[in-house]
Amino acid sequence: MTHLESELKKIKDNTLEMMHIVRTQLSKGKEALMTSNKELALEVMHNEKRVNGYELLIDNSCENVIACFSPVAIDLRFVLATLKINYHLERIGDNADGIARNVIDIKEQWNAELLEKLELVKSFEIADEMIGYVLNSYENEDTNLARKVFEKDKFIDHITDNALSTISEYIKSNQQNVNQDLYLLLLHRKLERVGDLVKNIAEEIIFFVEAKVLKHKKGLEG
Amino acid sequence: MAKLSANKVNLFYGDNHALKDVTLKMDANTVTAFIGPSGCGKSTFLRLFNRMNDLIPHVRIEGDIVVDGEDIYSKEVSVDLLRKNIGMVFQKPNPFPKSIFENVAYGMRVNGIRDKHYINERVETSLKQASLWTEVKDKLKKSAFELSGGQQQRLCIARALAIEPSVVLMDEPTSALDPLATHKIEELVFNLKADYTIVIVTHNMQQAARVSDKTAFFYLGELIEYDDTNNIFTKPREITTQNYITGRFG
Repeated sequence: MTHLESELKKIKDNTLEMMHIVRTQLSKGKEALMTSNKELALEVMHNEKRVNGYELLIDNSCENVIACFSPVAIDLRFVLATLKINYHLERIGDNADGIARNVIDIKEQWNAELLEKLELVKSFEIADEMIGYVLNSYENEDTNLARKVFEKDKFIDHITDNALSTISEYIKSNQQNVNQDLYLLLLHRKLERVGDLVKNIAEEIIFFVEAKVLKHKKGLEG
Repeated sequence: MAKLSANKVNLFYGDNHALKDVTLKMDANTVTAFIGPSGCGKSTFLRLFNRMNDLIPHVRIEGDIVVDGEDIYSKEVSVDLLRKNIGMVFQKPNPFPKSIFENVAYGMRVNGIRDKHYINERVETSLKQASLWTEVKDKLKKSAFELSGGQQQRLCIARALAIEPSVVLMDEPTSALDPLATHKIEELVFNLKADYTIVIVTHNMQQAARVSDKTAFFYLGELIEYDDTNNIFTKPREITTQNYITGRFG
């Protein structure tokens, strides 16, 4: 392995580690939400610092590789893509942190019936599955896995759209707990955002592996 | 019409098949970089364009080498006139044991030019084009050997430009120079592009990426890939190109 290859491997290993942490953050955020576990929510908020630490570390490593090795072709695309993936991962971490903060903010028990109707858990599961795809895709340079993310993202968008109309109808007939209803809407929005960010990561992986730019090109994901 | 072109060129050094079916077109006022590992044929290919391989024993050349629409290996072509049109700069600076002025004036004198005023003007213009004028204008009568390596190389470029070629071939022109002198030559190449067609052989990947519009990658005598430099260094089509430019072999 050349010196450059070993530096790139370090960046890849750190990015994979950051993906695992962010995935865990989101999964713990979901658990804290569903079980109203404030301690777990605090743990997620605390671990947000680790995510930020990885962001700085990966940024710095990419900067060093560009400055010292002048990478080209697939190596350059890897570094450029990883810089952006790093940014998107940090934003996913922010959303997990936001979910945990919502758990702390809400004082009363969740309305289980409404929660079920909104398919919030489903959104969490899809987001987790999407992160799993990009994680394996990035690790194995398998763009087929990255492409699976695009359909899944549409699913989350669909659930979020439905949640918006469901909540708006619900509030009309039931105004006892508007505060909680609005939080549920915020949570859906956060998961929709996570879906978008994972989709961005998938696009970056395809850029890195195949040298194809999919950004702002609807319908070309296949 | 391409300024320089090669069509199905094969070159043999005795039994050694050094260039294999190379076809390539280069436009006027562009910089083209030839890259590839040692022995890949890039310098041999470069030297075909001013017939520098002619005197090497047992060389056999097949195919067409065309400059400005004319086959330069046809019997009617004068090699002297060809070389007046196609200047060359080599790896190591090779000034003549003469003054700075006479080095630049040499080509004109050899070509029978006697007009002192014209020669003075061309020497000044060429030294300015080679970004050397301000450094040497007060010591034109001094020996060229008093100049630094980087200055000597720019002097050789000025010498090549003085006879007003339209093409300048450069064979690893900065491999013997320090980074600052290299930077000056690279800036020079960039500025000369407006008036000349430049072909440069280099082992320095970053130099190829910085100075050229097009890059040709040679491997084992074959032209593997030829494309815009931006494409070669961001998304090469061929895996061999990628492996070479990323340092995975060669």
